[in-house]
Amino acid sequence: MSIELRNVTKKFGDVAAVNKVSFAVKEGELIALLGPSGGGKTTVLRMIAGLEMPTTGDVFIRGKRVNDLSVQQRNIGFVFQSYALFKNMNVFRNIAFGLKIKKWRNGDIHSRIDELLTLFGLQGLEKRYPHQLSGGQRQRVAIARALAPKPSVLLLDEPFGAVDAKIRQELREWLVTLHHDLNVTTVFVTHDQEEAMEVSNRIVIFSRGVLEQVGAPREVYDQPANEFVARFIGVMNILEPEVRNGIARLGELEFPAPGQPEGQKLRIGFRPYAVQISSDLTQYRYHAVLRHTFFLGIMLRVELELPSGLVLRARMSKEEYAHEGLYDGREVSFQIRQYRVLARQEAALPPETDLSYQPPPVVGENI
Amino acid sequence: MAGTTKHSRTAAVQQSQRGTEEPPFIKWTLIAIALVFCFIFLLLPLVNVFVQAFSKGVVFYWHSLVNPDAWAAIRLTLVVALVSVPLNVIFGLAAAWAIAKFEFRGKSLLITLIDLPFSVSPVVAGLMFVVLFGLQGFLGTWLDAHDIKIIFDVRGIIIATVFITFPFVARELIPVMQATGTDQEQAALTLGANGLQTFWYVTLPSVKWGLIYGIILCNARAMGEFGAVAVVSGHITGQTETMPLRVEKLYNEYNAPAAFAIASLLAVLALVTLGIKTWLEWHQAREFAKAQSIMETPSENSSKTA
Repeated sequence: MSIELRNVTKKFGDVAAVNKVSFAVKEGELIALLGPSGGGKTTVLRMIAGLEMPTTGDVFIRGKRVNDLSVQQRNIGFVFQSYALFKNMNVFRNIAFGLKIKKWRNGDIHSRIDELLTLFGLQGLEKRYPHQLSGGQRQRVAIARALAPKPSVLLLDEPFGAVDAKIRQELREWLVTLHHDLNVTTVFVTHDQEEAMEVSNRIVIFSRGVLEQVGAPREVYDQPANEFVARFIGVMNILEPEVRNGIARLGELEFPAPGQPEGQKLRIGFRPYAVQISSDLTQYRYHAVLRHTFFLGIMLRVELELPSGLVLRARMSKEEYAHEGLYDGREVSFQIRQYRVLARQEAALPPETDLSYQPPPVVGENI
Repeated sequence: MAGTTKHSRTAAVQQSQRGTEEPPFIKWTLIAIALVFCFIFLLLPLVNVFVQAFSKGVVFYWHSLVNPDAWAAIRLTLVVALVSVPLNVIFGLAAAWAIAKFEFRGKSLLITLIDLPFSVSPVVAGLMFVVLFGLQGFLGTWLDAHDIKIIFDVRGIIIATVFITFPFVARELIPVMQATGTDQEQAALTLGANGLQTFWYVTLPSVKWGLIYGIILCNARAMGEFGAVAVVSGHITGQTETMPLRVEKLYNEYNAPAAFAIASLLAVLALVTLGIKTWLEWHQAREFAKAQSIMETPSENSSKTA
């Protein structure tokens, strides 16, 4: 294991910013810490770095307990959200800083920096000062500086937060390539679920200081551990039908619920892509009116309004939409291909974090 | 109908443009008032200092300066500045660092205390030290028993000067350090630097201009301070007489040309200070403009939340 947290809690005053969090990062992994702001993800990153000390619990780097090691002794590379480049030093001296502090020989420093400049596409910018660089260049300098002393892990705080949307996409792809080339264990913080899904091998999801789920992007998307994860990762339709005679009903929608107590309210969730739409009114069981179409590029999102007033979100490709001859206001038939019964989220009391996560069973297919 | 709408709109636009700008005569009147004021109260007295200083010729001017008592006053002023400015640089750095980089109880009290010398009359400040260190004062007997002289001594002058000038460096550094934040220092720590290396390579260079500016202001005040120094010095010619005190004494002895000769040195100091200050401001503005013009792309964009 490259990094491991065991039951780590961090309190600021009486508030637990991070509450009994445990997870492990394998050597060479690219991990995203994901969550809404105030979720505790940056605090977790800073505790790995040694910029914050855990109130209780242990942090391990490469099997060694590092609680008592200062930030200087942990051999980590940290990239700040603001990049925190030294304003009074040019690119060369910024990258050389860590090497000079660690008393590398001059020749070694030069060859290491040449290597990094080439790798990061920064050749010719050695003499520039941070204020003479673009946002993307600054970020690359910040990462090069962090990597120069060959740290055992690379930690990035909101690495794409401070650049505009266009450069962001480039930087994401670049980070994936870089990680592939260097194979250094990398942990980054983000509040953007799309970014986490696209870039990382695995995602660690936090909300209000509690770890909600750890898993590969596909896993957390297809098998969210709870409603928070389901809502945070992508869009999900969530309904609360009531059980009557073994069937959970809401308006005209029915979900089989054998064995469920009478009068119980279930929480049922399904992704927009699980809603199948046809312009042929006889094809599927339920009917609705296509209320609005959102163009998302190659994909489209549509809102369906049921006769009972219920509104569902569905997703389809442009071709499908054209093939079915759909338009706003058209009556359609639809079915829900797949759905899940969601664990109820206890809002006030965060559950104990359990790493042995069991995905909740998929209850129904093709109703 | 359409014509009237268009017309009233253009009128409205014209009015709004006029609304942001005063008529020319107001502008010129204000400029004239400012210029006349500066001329009468600043430029004229300054020129007069030099006219008076040279009123008995260059030779007299020179003799006024190389006179042993005048020379002693110049030396004392330099010594006082040389001791009190470095002390206040150390104090200012420590205080600014504490205030800008840490959160602690009583922080606002500390900020208020730093401003105290600005709000206390210099004469009162001087008296404070007389009450504290004088023969009749709290520590007077003890100091006398140990043969330590503070009041009517160079030590007293230095203490009073340190007190009067201590806000200058701290005041200049606090906003600069607050604006810089702690990110760069933290970055240095993650790269393995210890506290001292971080301070020397990262903190100090980033506050360089603010520090120089503070030192210049501090130095100007240290050399020019009159009130507090007058109370504690005892005016012993050749021993505890600084340049401002010497100027006053000569003037009271109806030796205006000699008084103005020394005053002209202080005036030159003021002009040099002003020049360096202006140059620093210009330099900073230029660096800032350069930074602004180059960083057109990176914009803080609030990213979407899911």
